[in-house]
Amino acid sequence: MSEPAFSLKATGRLRRRQLVNKGMGALAIGAALLAVAVLAIVVISVASRGAGSLNLAFFTQNQAQGFNPKGGGVLFAIVGSAVLVGIATLIALPLGVLIAIYISELAPPRFARVARMALDISNGIPTIVIGIFVFTMLVAAHGQSAFAGSIGLAIIMLPLIARATEEVLLLVPSSQREASLALGVSRWRTTVQVVIPSALGGILTGTTLAIARAAGETAPLLFLTSLGASGNADANPFHPLQSLTLVIFTYSDLDPAYQSKAWAAAFTLMCFVLFTSLAAKLALARYRKKLGG
Amino acid sequence: MATSHADRDPALKRTRGWLDRIGDPALKAITFSAAALAVSILGLIAFELARGSRLAFHHFGLGFVTSQTWDTIHNQFGALSLIAGTAVTAVLATLIATPLAVAIALFLTELAPKPVRALLGALVEMLAAIPSVILGLWGILILGPFVENQLEPFLGSTLGFLPFFRGQHSPTGILTAVLVLTIMIVPIVASVTRELFTTVPPELREGALALGATRWEMVRGVLLPAARPGILAAVALGFGRAAGEAMAVLMVIGGTIGIHLSLFSHSDTLAARIAGQYQGASTNLQISSLVYLATILLVISLAVNVGAQLLIKPIDRRPRRRRIALDRALEVQGLSAD
Repeated sequence: MSEPAFSLKATGRLRRRQLVNKGMGALAIGAALLAVAVLAIVVISVASRGAGSLNLAFFTQNQAQGFNPKGGGVLFAIVGSAVLVGIATLIALPLGVLIAIYISELAPPRFARVARMALDISNGIPTIVIGIFVFTMLVAAHGQSAFAGSIGLAIIMLPLIARATEEVLLLVPSSQREASLALGVSRWRTTVQVVIPSALGGILTGTTLAIARAAGETAPLLFLTSLGASGNADANPFHPLQSLTLVIFTYSDLDPAYQSKAWAAAFTLMCFVLFTSLAAKLALARYRKKLGG
Repeated sequence: MATSHADRDPALKRTRGWLDRIGDPALKAITFSAAALAVSILGLIAFELARGSRLAFHHFGLGFVTSQTWDTIHNQFGALSLIAGTAVTAVLATLIATPLAVAIALFLTELAPKPVRALLGALVEMLAAIPSVILGLWGILILGPFVENQLEPFLGSTLGFLPFFRGQHSPTGILTAVLVLTIMIVPIVASVTRELFTTVPPELREGALALGATRWEMVRGVLLPAARPGILAAVALGFGRAAGEAMAVLMVIGGTIGIHLSLFSHSDTLAARIAGQYQGASTNLQISSLVYLATILLVISLAVNVGAQLLIKPIDRRPRRRRIALDRALEVQGLSAD
């Protein structure tokens, strides 16, 4: 048995190239692991601190009277969040769908491009700036209210819903539209009775993602609906109302018993946001496959 | 359509309900006004902010931008140290986040086995969905103590010869803010970059591999150049997010005026300063100064966003399927809160 005259092991330049290749691969794996580790640390620390402070009273009671960090719950903030996001959705959903219909079905290409760009740019505006905008427009004259907060949230949701809807409208096969038009059905009936139903699943999941986003907003609410909000459950949109996010923010600065309430609120909010956006994403992926996107 | 039978034949026309006669123009008018509203809201925001900041502008003029004071007692306000704080935190976060995000995207498209791809991709997008106030809470109560007791002493003892790593250790400050912002924007940049990589035609990468390139050489020679404008746009969007983030930064940066070299020191940003004053703004001049800050922030974000749009524009001319893939990727950036 003699050694072979040459070996297949890389040497010299090739060996160096392969080493660089391996090194870069290791770096990429390291970065991905780091991202997962950070996510795990955030989620686990919120869950472990939040779950411990969760109890029935947390969901069913309002803020305790006076300085009483141990007692009470955040029912008022849950109701407030629901009212704020609910009204914002009622404003943003119809508007967003109408905008998407115009952009994808009716508009001349040039205007469609302008509108699309305007939506993308307003999506990039810092939410605190939107808060200040609604403040100077409404609150400076009429005072704080949940309604003002909802308008701020609706401005944030609008580009998300419009762009998501536009995308699914583009996915609706044009053969469906053509078949309907060829049968003599008018354009608006085609849109309302053929295109929209076919895109409904995508519109709803896009809206769900926007709701998840709006439920996590804090900055725009500070100037619109935070001051003078009561610690009792109140669903009147013309009063200033608290939200879960505002409670997390204000409690984070107080004594540890309040901080543990902030963790519990953060855990509640995180579960809501992660589950809704995950479910919406899964539904959207399934829906895209169905339409052959 | 415009010249259907129904339009020409009066007998047929009568069989159409009134709804069908006004339906088309009505749909067009309603949807057009909605779209016009969406476009005009941008102008309305700019107008309202300009109106609201007029008082401060009369008082301080453009000197507002170059003045460092923020003195509520003597009613003297300036934005310079806030602009500096915004620039430092956003630039540093972007610098740390970009290579990390590109590496994650490479791992997800090139290296990971199929099932891992889907799972990990979903996890990264989950990170983008966590509301910023929760990241702020985590940053102040968990990351903060770690920064104060471990990270800053370590950086001080190893890199303390640099002016950036000196001074009092503290749970709050620029370093903590940069780390929180990095966590916020990594998933945004990573998911956009990942979508970009998947839109690079497989022929290109197969060609490079067939010519004997290693995987890394294929990435450097084919994948990265093909995706470069898109990655730049994604980075710009990430920078815009970091510069505009109010809550998470407000909770961890310390909120002091002044420009310091050390990353351990407290600072403040435009967005965080506005948000932090929500209870305290008492005089009209102070409120107007806050609106002035918001105007500066709006100008920065418009510049960044329009820049990103222009970078993406050449991609827009590509076939529809790829454009949709990119749109889908960009809509992820709307997911991260605040």
